[in-house]
Amino acid sequence: MAISDVAEYAHLTDEEVEQLGRELDAIRAEVEESRGPADAAYIRRVIRAQRLMMVASRVVMAVSAHDDRTRKPGAIAGGTVLGLAKILENMEIGHNVMHGQWDWMNDPEIHSSNWEWDTAQPAEQWKHSHNYIHHQFTNVLGHDNDVGYGVLRMAREQKWTPVSLGQPVYNALLAGLFQWGVALHDLDLERIRKMEKDPKELRRQLKQIYKKGSRQALKDYVVYPAMAGKHWRTTLAANAWANFMRNMWSYVIIFCGHFPDGALHFTEEELEDETRAEWYLRQILGAANFKGGPLLHVMSGNLGFQIEHHLFPDLPSNRYAEISVKVRALCEKYDIPYTTGPLPVQYGQALRTIMKLSLPNGMTSSNSPNPPPPEQENMIPLDRRRKSESERPTRREETGSWSRTARGAS
Amino acid sequence: MANGGTLTWEKVRRAGRHLTTPLLPDDYLTLLNPLWSSRELRGRVEKVVPETDDAATIVIRPGWGWRFEHHPGQYVGIGVDVGGKFHWRSYSVSSPPKRTGRTLAITVRAMPEGFVSSHLVNGLEPGTIVRLATPAGDFTLPEPPPQRLLFLVGGSGVTPVMSMLRTLDRRGHLDDRDVVVHYSSTSRERMIFRDELESLEARHAGLAVQQRYTDDEGILDVPGGALDGVCADWRERETWACGPGPMLDALEAHWTEAGLEERLHLERFSLDLGGEGGEGGTVYFQNSGKEATVDGATTVLEAGESAGVGMPYGCRMGICHTCTLTLVKGRVRDLRTGEDFDQPNEPVQTCVTAPVGDCTLNI
Repeated sequence: MAISDVAEYAHLTDEEVEQLGRELDAIRAEVEESRGPADAAYIRRVIRAQRLMMVASRVVMAVSAHDDRTRKPGAIAGGTVLGLAKILENMEIGHNVMHGQWDWMNDPEIHSSNWEWDTAQPAEQWKHSHNYIHHQFTNVLGHDNDVGYGVLRMAREQKWTPVSLGQPVYNALLAGLFQWGVALHDLDLERIRKMEKDPKELRRQLKQIYKKGSRQALKDYVVYPAMAGKHWRTTLAANAWANFMRNMWSYVIIFCGHFPDGALHFTEEELEDETRAEWYLRQILGAANFKGGPLLHVMSGNLGFQIEHHLFPDLPSNRYAEISVKVRALCEKYDIPYTTGPLPVQYGQALRTIMKLSLPNGMTSSNSPNPPPPEQENMIPLDRRRKSESERPTRREETGSWSRTARGAS
Repeated sequence: MANGGTLTWEKVRRAGRHLTTPLLPDDYLTLLNPLWSSRELRGRVEKVVPETDDAATIVIRPGWGWRFEHHPGQYVGIGVDVGGKFHWRSYSVSSPPKRTGRTLAITVRAMPEGFVSSHLVNGLEPGTIVRLATPAGDFTLPEPPPQRLLFLVGGSGVTPVMSMLRTLDRRGHLDDRDVVVHYSSTSRERMIFRDELESLEARHAGLAVQQRYTDDEGILDVPGGALDGVCADWRERETWACGPGPMLDALEAHWTEAGLEERLHLERFSLDLGGEGGEGGTVYFQNSGKEATVDGATTVLEAGESAGVGMPYGCRMGICHTCTLTLVKGRVRDLRTGEDFDQPNEPVQTCVTAPVGDCTLNI
């Protein structure tokens, strides 16, 4: 059941919610003030390691291809390292740089305004659909396209149709072809299906996706295989393996962010007069973490700290671990649920929801905690279709990277 | 490198992009040598030579993409990493331009409040990689130089003048021209390039260097007519002046009064936004979803900062182009020239442009 009032759901008074907001602001201010050379060295080190892995994988594949004995192990090793390099680039570097996490360094080579990542989705479209729509309207039905990406039915409030029966298949396709699914993200498939999309804008976006996507495909499926000469098939297969690895991994990590049990959905009413503190609260209730060691967190772009990332999308990712200790303590203090668990459990829950929701609601039970029943006068039928740009409430100034300089003003 | 070679290399680089997309080949080559990139102009600090107690000459070896074609007197933007963050400043190039050169030099005085200048003078290790911006500025010598020249210098304002004097020296003009340098410094010890100037003067008949120590003698009273005592024929000379703002203001007033302002060339290290100003409007920041409504005298950069957008910036005076962003739609005006930019997806320098009506930027 989707939530229409976060404060009520969390049994907090307005004053308590505001106090929580102030405490989160203080965490943010502390990190902002302490960003320094060690953080800069961290991201430079990750970028350097990622580029070395990229070069190493291509070289191994090129060299090993010319000898019958080394060709196969070379392709497997090279393809795997290439896959890991792509994962690192997409998750810890690209996603986070584009969020502006490293803009404070004032380095034009590591800046959200011009970073282009190693995937088919053009950075410009990603920054709109993800940084803005998803992070602003997180888990609000009808606003956040990430609730099922217009392909899957991920909330019980979303209408069931016989098409939903195919969910297990759509899910498998989405996982394997994730980079192409992400590439189409900002097009907003649901609005295209309903013929609500401005055709001019659609053409512009498709052209941009075609340009970026074809460069990416050309590199992995034409240029590098061609350089391997008559053994082009081996290189092509290894590159396909690398892309498949990256697709599967990013799919699993992203599905663990908002779909495990305990990550809640919200109705449009929640957006009305939502304060900054309530926005914080919605981010905590709408996101799910997973546990793991430092390597797992780096390889998942520190999205195992999804809650912290949603509270502070533009703080450096290497700080999320220390932030999570404080956020967790705050959640205990205010008795707010803090969803986390081992990665396989979290993904298992998301997968279970995909399977269950392929069937009509009456045939399955919900694994989500139930919010209090809405009061009678609020029981107006909800309009659950995707909203266009003009129907969205205007963006709140204070969300996202709100406080970089505005802090003094508030 | 010969021109043909450069072209071929460009082709190789463009072809290489198919292997490195979405990055540039440069992004991988810098793993081997940090100077092998022309994505951003870079340089490596070769040595830091102390000039006085608080000033030093920094010798920089530029990386790819650098052309040793600056005009003597021009300045260069330099970006240094202090505490994980790049800070940009502009300094006059003090080395003379040489096409065969391998290094360029800037001379910096550590300012009491200037933590970047202090870092450059005291904290810069040889081997440090810095970012550079293309040389710019119209405080330069004409070719050929006029017969009679006067240089009026205050403090660290000597750096562009030194570059000019070295060039005049190299081309033999310190013997066949009449050059007067009047150089003010608080004391003899704080006078940058004093030894070199004295040695130049001893070697060349055409050069006269007057040293003035303002702690003892006070500053030159230009409005009071003291210039006539220093260089009686200043009206007949082409004059270049560089120094503190009040000194330049006084000189400008004096030359204007004499109706000779065209013969005076000034170098100021602060931005004078003399343009008419935009009309103001709401600036929308597309990717962050923020906006700011500002007047026509507020730059787009300031508007973004007031809205809490992480705007890139550098020199904040329109030199280094670090702040350049894409104008998605709308119109902005360059506050220096009054020129308007309104093409869709046009790159604009946010630090010197103000909105003319509503506009949208891609950040």
